[in-house]
Amino acid sequence: MPDEAKLGSYAARLRENHPVALHPPYRTSVKRSPTYAPISFPSSPSEEYGPVFGHADLGSLDHDLLYNFGEAGASAIGPRIIVHGRVQDQFGRPVAGALLEIWQANAGGRYRHAREGYIAPLDPNFGGCGRVITAPDGTYEFRTVMPGPYPWPNGPNDWRPAHIHFSVLGAGFAQRLITQMYFEGDPLIPLCPIVRTIHDAGAVERLIAPLDMARTVPMDARAYRFDITLRGRRQTMFENRMEGL
Amino acid sequence: MIDYAETASQTAGPYVHIGCTPNFTGIDGVYPEDLGLRMIETGAKGDRITLTGVIHDGNGTPMRDAMIEAWQPDAAGRFAGQDGADPAVPGFARCACDPQTGRFQFDTVKPGAVPFPTGGLQAPHITLWIVARGINLGLHTRAYFADDPMTQSDPVLARIEHKSRIQTLLAQPKGDRVYEMNIWLQGPDETIFFDV
Repeated sequence: MPDEAKLGSYAARLRENHPVALHPPYRTSVKRSPTYAPISFPSSPSEEYGPVFGHADLGSLDHDLLYNFGEAGASAIGPRIIVHGRVQDQFGRPVAGALLEIWQANAGGRYRHAREGYIAPLDPNFGGCGRVITAPDGTYEFRTVMPGPYPWPNGPNDWRPAHIHFSVLGAGFAQRLITQMYFEGDPLIPLCPIVRTIHDAGAVERLIAPLDMARTVPMDARAYRFDITLRGRRQTMFENRMEGL
Repeated sequence: MIDYAETASQTAGPYVHIGCTPNFTGIDGVYPEDLGLRMIETGAKGDRITLTGVIHDGNGTPMRDAMIEAWQPDAAGRFAGQDGADPAVPGFARCACDPQTGRFQFDTVKPGAVPFPTGGLQAPHITLWIVARGINLGLHTRAYFADDPMTQSDPVLARIEHKSRIQTLLAQPKGDRVYEMNIWLQGPDETIFFDV
């Protein structure tokens, strides 16, 4: 890891990598999208530091959604999957110690939430949340069930593709990100108004996790790989040479 | 150096509580308590304050489903992880807005001033980050203190062209060390959001 003291400001965020604020086919965005352009300034300690978490803050089953909610040893129902990947910054440096929090619907497409009214049943052994902290090389791994797609009140017949929500807290608050991971081959992805808030095809493609047969556990669980790139800090010149590579 | 594209944001959606504040939404037994319940621990140095407000959508309706996070340094302006930082000031909290009223509240200490990269000090402020259904990229803003003289010379506020909008970032003293900052996503009082 480079010495943080030799890193400069965060590189400006490229908005084209992100969804637009106002996308009328996603109806809730109409009244929840700011109309002024956001105001930029160079990052300062308020954005360059971030909350500090440690592995000791997590429980042993926090990353195992198959078993972290129900009675001891009682598994959630659904296709067993591993979701793993690496968190890096935009310059390719691993982001160690990042806190990833995930949430998702159960295998039938039902969330455990008071505001959720989908007809599909709750699974008594599935809560739908988990968390993990990235290793020194930026890697992480969860175990869960494949979430189901589900209908939602937007247009007359909109369905969310199967997805897992990710909340990411990196080294600096400027890296704060919430996103969603989709699954390779899901025909609902290109139809989804939320996916389509992102107008750049490559940016959508990077949210789609491919099946990773190499990490599949035979006779147990398939694996999907989801790599995450966060914003990065530029290097500053130090004694006439570039530091931090 | 290779410059990889940042992973795209997607809305936190209506069920953000499941992932970020599961105990709040009734999913107990997974984590002992929700992350970010407290900005400060017992023994934190500095003046105790409360920051509260309501987030409004373009109809003026309180956003009762939003989640807001707060991030700040200790009373001397040092962030968790910096040398000499007050160990009783983790400085990070998240709040699921009240399901009936939409109100958020953070009980904390008043933060100290922190440096600005081009020189000088920034006025004391608390960074805020808002997500909800319908917000496609988390909204980053700041709460400054309307009654702090340093606010008048803050280098970030000085960059804002529309001076009439600066008041949207000023938490107003309401007595008894309570500051109120209401947030508006649209309309004549649309809050300033930052790209930083």
